[in-house]
Amino acid sequence: MALAFRNMLRTAARRIQVRNYADASSADEMALTFAAGNKVFYDKKVVKQIDVPSFSGSFGILPKHVPTLAVLRPGVVTVIENDGKQTKIFVSSGTITVNDDSSVQVLAEEAHPVESLDRSAAQEALSKAQSELNSAANEKAKAEAAIAVEVAEEIVKAASA
Amino acid sequence: MLGRLTPGACAQVTMVVNQQQNRNMATLKAISMRLKSVKNIQKITQSMKMVSAAKYTRAERELRAARPYGEGSVMFYEKAEVAPPEDEPKELYVAITSDRGLCGAVHTGVSKVIRNRLSEPGAENIKVICVGDKSRAILQRLYGKHIISVANEIGRRPPTFLDAAKLANAILTSGYDFGSGKIIYNKFKSVVSYSQANLPLYSQKAVESAPKLAIYDSLDSDVLQSYMEFSLASMVFYAMKEGACSEQSSRMTAMDNASKNAGEMIEKLTLTFNRTRQAVITRELIEIISGAAALE
Repeated sequence: MALAFRNMLRTAARRIQVRNYADASSADEMALTFAAGNKVFYDKKVVKQIDVPSFSGSFGILPKHVPTLAVLRPGVVTVIENDGKQTKIFVSSGTITVNDDSSVQVLAEEAHPVESLDRSAAQEALSKAQSELNSAANEKAKAEAAIAVEVAEEIVKAASA
Repeated sequence: MLGRLTPGACAQVTMVVNQQQNRNMATLKAISMRLKSVKNIQKITQSMKMVSAAKYTRAERELRAARPYGEGSVMFYEKAEVAPPEDEPKELYVAITSDRGLCGAVHTGVSKVIRNRLSEPGAENIKVICVGDKSRAILQRLYGKHIISVANEIGRRPPTFLDAAKLANAILTSGYDFGSGKIIYNKFKSVVSYSQANLPLYSQKAVESAPKLAIYDSLDSDVLQSYMEFSLASMVFYAMKEGACSEQSSRMTAMDNASKNAGEMIEKLTLTFNRTRQAVITRELIEIISGAAALE
């Protein structure tokens, strides 16, 4: 009888312990969703840190970051996974959302790992975009070309780094 | 008198001929022609099924990649508890369909959701953007005045982000100042099942007045505007991917059914064809035998 009671107590205690542990860990974990139109890089995966380039300046996101919204600018997003592995991914544009439950969504229009960037092709694209910028007739074409130049510049920078 | 009677007599004669033809409708020639046409139809439906099966595999693979994308873009609106503004009754519905038919109830389903909403009170504040000719064809007759723009050339190729960006741009520059809205699309569940779902659309004002927006740090209206434009494009992109996948899977099922039905018809027609042929042979035999017997 006493044994059974003790057993019951122990299982109850274990259950409480487990629940506590799960609660505590979810608060300082950061679930990252990193997706682009062409590929999903992370789907609700817990990571250590994310560095993102945004129009309001580049910043790093750690767990319990203050909730924020930002717009991605062309550049390299660095994801540091829990085991310390660094992944560098080039993004063209998109959004970053940090929610109050520490979940992070990075949505890019297009994204590719930095390793798969080709420097010479990027140089070519840069010079093409620059000539387009110089020959742009109206405001809209000019703005589009300026964006193309910015993206190409960043790709060259990312590929040569 | 005679002249007046003749047409009537003529009509009677042709009727008799028709009746005779009707009685002998199941001639071998007619049956074999029909059999051939059904066989051709079956060939077409079968190859359409194969094509959509291939397209479906691709759409499904792409959808798997697009799902986290779509969920991610809606997440913010859920987390920030954005609600449609009460003082702005104008709503915008975006129907995600395609130009292509022969795919079950995919397009009717989406149109029906919108039609039901439009038949309820308060419909005068609702405008609709039709993506794909099919939803336009269904909604145009009764609710033509609600449609503000139509996009076509959808469904021939898998949707791309560029398509979605163009659509989002069209929605933003439509000149219609909506307070809230919905993107109605088919959500893909499995090859045999899909259901209509919706994604929320909000105006910037609605987002700015959201109760939990204050906890988000370093926001200005520029950031918010760019953010919302991009998230609109990604939501449209996701909805189009879901729609394309449902459409292909539904077309696959529809064409499979059509092939099966054609197969059944072919079976029945072959049976009638053989029976008729046998009857003709028997009749000819009887004629020959009785002719010979009469000569004896």
